[in-house]
Order: sequence, then structure tokens, then C-alpha cells
Amino acid sequence: MLDNIQSTGKKATRDGFGAGIDAIAANEKVVVLTADLAGSLKIENFIANYPERYVQTGIAEANMMGIAAGLANGGKIPFTTTFANFSTGRVYDQIRQSIAYSHKNVKICASHAGLTLGEDGATHQILEDIGLMRMLPGMTVINPCDFHQTQAATMAIAEHHGPCYLRFGRPSWPMFTADMPFVIGKALHLSEGSDVSIFATGHLVWKAVEAAKALAAEGISVDLINIHTIKPLDEAAVLASVRKTGCLVSCEEHNRYGGLGDAIAQVVVNNHPAPQEYVAVNDTFGESGEPEQLLEKYGLSTENIIAAAKKAIARKG
Amino acid sequence: MADIAQLKAVASQVRRDIVRQVANANSGHPGGSLGCADLLVALYFDSMTHHTDFRMEGHHEDMFYLSNGHISPLWYSVLARSGYFPVAELNTFRQLNSRLQGHPTTHEGLPGVRTASGSLGQGLSVAIGAALAKRLNNDPQLVFCLMGDGEQQEGQVWEAVMFAGHNKVDNLVAIVDRNNQQIDGSLDEVLGLGDLGAKYAAFGWEVLRMDGNNMEEVVATLRQARSLAGKGKPIMIDMKTEMGKGVDYMEGTHKWHGKAPDAALTARAMEQLAETLGDF
Repeated sequence: MLDNIQSTGKKATRDGFGAGIDAIAANEKVVVLTADLAGSLKIENFIANYPERYVQTGIAEANMMGIAAGLANGGKIPFTTTFANFSTGRVYDQIRQSIAYSHKNVKICASHAGLTLGEDGATHQILEDIGLMRMLPGMTVINPCDFHQTQAATMAIAEHHGPCYLRFGRPSWPMFTADMPFVIGKALHLSEGSDVSIFATGHLVWKAVEAAKALAAEGISVDLINIHTIKPLDEAAVLASVRKTGCLVSCEEHNRYGGLGDAIAQVVVNNHPAPQEYVAVNDTFGESGEPEQLLEKYGLSTENIIAAAKKAIARKG
Repeated sequence: MADIAQLKAVASQVRRDIVRQVANANSGHPGGSLGCADLLVALYFDSMTHHTDFRMEGHHEDMFYLSNGHISPLWYSVLARSGYFPVAELNTFRQLNSRLQGHPTTHEGLPGVRTASGSLGQGLSVAIGAALAKRLNNDPQLVFCLMGDGEQQEGQVWEAVMFAGHNKVDNLVAIVDRNNQQIDGSLDEVLGLGDLGAKYAAFGWEVLRMDGNNMEEVVATLRQARSLAGKGKPIMIDMKTEMGKGVDYMEGTHKWHGKAPDAALTARAMEQLAETLGDF
């Protein structure tokens, strides 16, 4: 099963978002907003084809979030587009009051999340956004792993009623989910295994695939699960896997606090306590550098996942 | 033609409702609520086309957004007196398990409220979004938004003002309550606004001015605002009001911004405000 997971080339997840927007663009309810980052978010086709349903707010993200809430009141499906940092931390109170508490059908679409933003550095590399969004009652939080999954997620959130946070990134990244299903809230089981569960989200899913293959070569059997929807979490999938393997690793391009690892730990500790290792940023800010350099320096490499899996297995006792 | 005497009678009852709700709850914001009572009565009982069988999307009706959500007792009274929900529900203001939360919200499904407000500076952006949706829906009705003057200190307001002017959102009427009071004192002391109308005008808005406590003037100015819609500019009404209007000891002071009167002071207020529609 693992051997069947092969990269078919590289494209950025943000390009998958653009492709998803193109796929739903004909829906008259869809309105796409941006705060001066149309090019970065790959919405040029939409702007060219449906200029009347495109809203440019200028560099004014707070206003963009409010306008999106108002559009939703009028029956529209607004997609806000900017970097993850400006989609969350900068406008947290606007999202909290006008969108989440008011339960508006707004899709907050956030590119350039995490360390793999690269050279722009820590000001833009938000590592707290999953936690921020996950804490909001009623918010759906999705962090797809490649071009195809991001496209599928973009299309899926258009059909899902309620506020959604869709997190994706800047770099070209291996693609491998073209023929795989995507259902909001439903974990994607990539490989059956018995020694350790690896749960991964976003860009680190590919790293986890590489790690699982390397572990398999050493005779270690990995139950590999892609958690694209961090909230609502597929608790049944998490527990079924951990009951089988007895230990787990969580992998995310996010601070170790508040993200996927914590979401899983809550479920595991309440239902089936088991040793867990986090592959996540160790409560620090990032810095400038190339994506791969940053993943290595901050402990998010394939090797880190392999080491974490072995440690989790050893802790089973 | 509006029956001004009737509107004034409704406003008197609404003011009673405000004081009684706040006294009941022993909390809330009576000052700004009393000051804006004439405006909301004129909007809901004269100016706006609206349906009390509440529909969130509000197609082909005017929409109202309250950005300075703390004057909720005013809005709740006007919504109830308009028929959105039973007047008796005003008894539940700020109580546990109530739809009438301290600040307005959709969370408990209160008819008439479309977006939560209270954290200041957000309402104009939401109103713009609603106005854009009306445009896309070929809906000719208007969107009204009331803001406080202290609220103009929030940066988001100016993001929204700039956007609406640039994009000629001309189905939008923003009203700013110029009572010149905020929690820490007068705006002049805390952070003055200068010539607010000129600032909106500089961003491409049509600016009207009115005495928000003169019902004839409020009704006439709202008509004028409607006549100016669709002409390429968003409309701002610089509305002078007196905080606490109608209750002598609350007038002209910020002391009653967020404070409830005791039983004796409530009784004194009731003597000054005629009961015209029956108390809740």
C-alpha cells in the first residue's frame, strides 16, 4: 500500500487552491475577496472571468473579514484570501465576533502558512494559526497536504455550510492524492500498519510518507493516517489506529502547542492513553531560509519523523 | 407622510423600555441607548422597508446593522415593539438563558439580528458586505449602519470608510452618533475626531448632518439620505445627540454610559417618560 504512494510531480498547495476556485467559480454564490494578494493566492482566473464577484479590499484584512460576514448574510459564499498570518492572528477578533460567533458561511483561505513560506522569515511564518482557529467554536479547520487535496478541499468547503479555515502553503510540493477521496472530517488512511500510528497534516504528510517507507525498510510497520481536517477531528479513526498500534506520532508544520498534536492527544488521553511523540516546532518563531533547510533546522524532517516513531515504539515498554 | 406625533409616542415607550430593561438587569448601557432612540424609531417605524417575519438574507428589504452593540436595550425594544419578538421578552435582558444578550448576537437566534456586535469597529465592514450582496442580487433596498463616535477611533472603521468611498457603495447609509461621550470621558479629552464629516467627505462620502433628538429632522434627513442613494457615493449622517436624552439626570454626562439606575431613580425616569404602548 505504501509503495503505491508515489509523487507525480510538484505543485504548490496554493495552486491547488486556485484550481479549486476555478472549479467552483461558476457558482453564482461564490464571491472571492483579497487584501492585495490576488497573485499569491492564485485567483487571477476568477478575477478575469467573474470580476463582478471579486472584491479587492486593499491592505485591510479586518475590513475584508467584516465584508465577508456581510456578504454571507446576503446569501453569498465568500472566500477571503490572504497569507495565513493575516488571515488569523491579525484579524482574530473580527473572525471571532463577526464570523465564528455569528456562524457565518465564510471561507477563510490562508496561504503561506508555516515555515515553508521560507525566505520572508518569522514575521510571516505563522505557526500558531491552527491553534487559534481550532479554539473558535463551530470553526472547521482544514490543512490539506498537496495540490490535489487542496483543490478538493476548496471545492468541499463551498458545499459545507459554516465558517471554515483552509490552510495551505507557498512552495512546490510533491503531489500524490490525485485519486484519493476527500471528505471533510474524514481521515485519509494512507497505509495499514501495526507498530506505530503516524498522524500527519499539511506539507508534513509527504515527509511522513517518506518516513513510513524508510521505517518499512527497517521492518517497522506504520499505520499512516492523513488528518487533513483538524476540526472536527476524525476521533474514530485516531482511536482505531492507536488501539491497534499502541503508540503514535503527530506531524505538523505548526507550534507544538495548540495544533494537530494537541488535538489528537486530547482524544487519546481521554479514551486510550498511549505514548505520543510530537513532530512540531518547539515553541519558537521561525527565520529566513529555504523551506527544506527550515524543516530540518526546526525538527520537521523525514529523519525527525523516523526518530520520533522509534521513540514512541520504545516507550510502549 | 410620517405621523411625527406617533413616532414620538413610540420613542417615549422605547425610552421607558430602555430604562426598565437596564434597571431589571441591574446592568447595561442606558445613556447611548436613550440618545439614539429617536433614530431607531424613525428607521423601524418610518424609513425602512422590513419584514418582522425575520429572514437572515433580507432580500428586498432594508437592513439595519448596529455596530455599537452596547446600546442593545434600545435595539431590543425597537425590534420587540416592531413585532420581531414578544415585548414580554424584554424582561429577560441580560438574564441567563436569554436571547437578549448583553450585546446583540445571532447565537441564540434572536429575530432581527444578523451579526454579533459589541467589539467595536466591525459593523460598517459587515454592512458594506451586505450592501455588496444586495448589488449582486439586484436588490435595490438599502443597508443602514449605526456607529458610535468613540468607535470612530477604531482603525477598522477607516478601512471600511476608504473601501466604501473607493467602491462607490451607494446603497449604504452610515450614521454616527455624535454624543461626544465615551467611557473615559468626552471625546475631546480622550481622542478627538475633529471635523468627522469632512473626513468622510474626503473619502468620497456624501455627508448629511442632523439633530438626532429632533424627530421631524430625523425623519426628513433619512428621506433625504434615501433620495441620495444610487448616486455613486455612500452616505454618512453626522448625527448629534444628547446622551441620556429624556431622563434628566442622565443627560449630557458619560456617567450613565454603562450603569443601571436604582429603584428611586428608575421611578423618577418613569415620571419623565410617558407610557404610550404599555410597559413590558
